[in-house]
Amino acid sequence: MSTAAVQIGAIAGRSIRRTVRQPAMAIPPILFPVALMLVNAAGLEASTLLPGFPTDSFLAFALAVPFIQGALFSTMNAGTDLARDIQTGFLNRLSLTSLRGSSLMIGQLSGIVVLGVVQACAYVVVGLLTGVHFASGAGGIAVLLVFAFIVSLGFGALGSFLALRTGSGEAVQGLFPLMFVLLFISSMNTPRDLIAVDWFRWVATVNPVSYLIECVRSLIITGWDAEALLLGFGIAVAIVVVSVALASWALTVRMTRT
Amino acid sequence: MTDNSIVAEGLVREFKKGPRAVDGIDLRVEPGEIYGFLGPNGAGKSTTVLMLTTLLPPTAGTARVAGFDVVREGPKVRATIGAALQEAALDALLTGRDHLKLQTMLQGLPKSERKGRAEELLARVGLTEAADRKVGGYSGGMKRRLDLALALVHRPRVLFLDEPTTGLDPQSRTALWEEVARLAGEEGVTVFLTTQYLEEADVLADRVGIIDHGRIVAEGRPVDLKAEIGRPSVHAIPRREEDRARIHALLGAYGEPFGEDGDLAVRLREGIGLADVVRGIDAEGVELDDVELRAPTLDDVFLAKTGRTLEGAAEGTDQAESAPRRR
Repeated sequence: MSTAAVQIGAIAGRSIRRTVRQPAMAIPPILFPVALMLVNAAGLEASTLLPGFPTDSFLAFALAVPFIQGALFSTMNAGTDLARDIQTGFLNRLSLTSLRGSSLMIGQLSGIVVLGVVQACAYVVVGLLTGVHFASGAGGIAVLLVFAFIVSLGFGALGSFLALRTGSGEAVQGLFPLMFVLLFISSMNTPRDLIAVDWFRWVATVNPVSYLIECVRSLIITGWDAEALLLGFGIAVAIVVVSVALASWALTVRMTRT
Repeated sequence: MTDNSIVAEGLVREFKKGPRAVDGIDLRVEPGEIYGFLGPNGAGKSTTVLMLTTLLPPTAGTARVAGFDVVREGPKVRATIGAALQEAALDALLTGRDHLKLQTMLQGLPKSERKGRAEELLARVGLTEAADRKVGGYSGGMKRRLDLALALVHRPRVLFLDEPTTGLDPQSRTALWEEVARLAGEEGVTVFLTTQYLEEADVLADRVGIIDHGRIVAEGRPVDLKAEIGRPSVHAIPRREEDRARIHALLGAYGEPFGEDGDLAVRLREGIGLADVVRGIDAEGVELDDVELRAPTLDDVFLAKTGRTLEGAAEGTDQAESAPRRR
């Protein structure tokens, strides 16, 4: 095995070990989105009676939300982990080894992505247990897990970028409410074409989070919707490209060594 | 032949909108030597270490560690050095063994060697029993010992220790000193050690560099630096304030009186000892509350060179060296 692969494995292993040893960090990203989904589903079931609503099960409609919400938790986890490493000087320890910045970034994000995919598996299981029918079948579930992988990577890199620029876990956590607002002003609870308030419909339309949710939703309630999948994957990949580039640049600046 | 030396010439680090943290340092540390870098907080010790360990590029000047230029040959420098920087940088959620496993992987040790090296180092720093406990539950001394073990994973030829004993109890401090002395003595590791503890520099270092405001103000063997300052001094505290002037006059017979803030002190002439002073004062019927013989310390060296005493020096001062002798 190459040195880079060993180093990536070492960093990823540490990231996963840290997550597993902090139940308070691993469990809420699974429980909270599910709880919010169940509450919403109970209160908003009547929405399915609206003409044009795409499904008669609000639970199936809402199941897409935890996938994105869980990924937002990834942002926070990745960021606070890295910020802690900066604050404690652990990053300096890593900088004194032959570890490459790219290996550190890949290793760190691998841990977050693994957690993101595990979360996604948990949401799928919750969906199946609550009677949600996945219209795209087993293949759709596999695509959904790939999507969760990409979204976790994108948001995880965004959290890492913030941590590297600010060096502060608090600053990273400060972004969380903003991300949450983005979730709430999306098509999270209502299909965009059924939003009656003009400004809200406009905001939901320009909000990229809407397309991430609709991509997941299409796999659950529609089947294979090429437009939703292209838009969702396109935006997710764009987030990955931009956030990984930003995080890599910030890491180069932060890991100043000659 | 391997070159384990550290050489710096005109090393400068200037921060944006800040002071010159390091202001033209020249130093040479010989292979296998323990070099104590002594100075108060903010003197520039840690900034110097960061530059020598390649973590901070110098603004000006050059430095070579183990024969490699710290600016142009950073990776080579890092491959030959070990460093335990200020504050043990450990992950509270990992165990001691996890840390060593991680470090052996990141330092590129062959798989066949990793476990053995980790066990060897855990044993050497006395952490075998605690190896599977999370570091969050370690004491300060245990963390520092683990930090040292991590710095030694790849068998470095040059070791940088930035205030390694700050906050440690005397027992842990002594244990760490012994290990550092063994590394230099038995394995020929060059040790660059920053400290604000006088005793640490005095006991451990072959040579000491005293830094203040980013400049080295004195350098040499501790014994030579103290000898430069001169003879021991006697400090007296009168029982009655009205005897102060008389005592001052009496002390003048034994050497050169000096002092500040009402301190009655005399730098003893050659051939004069504490007993002579005590007998002389006693013969005059003057009563003292306290009398103390002080050998020159590195703090005196610092005082002589900078006009100030070393911040935080009291904690590290050898009590035996300045133990008051009561009448």
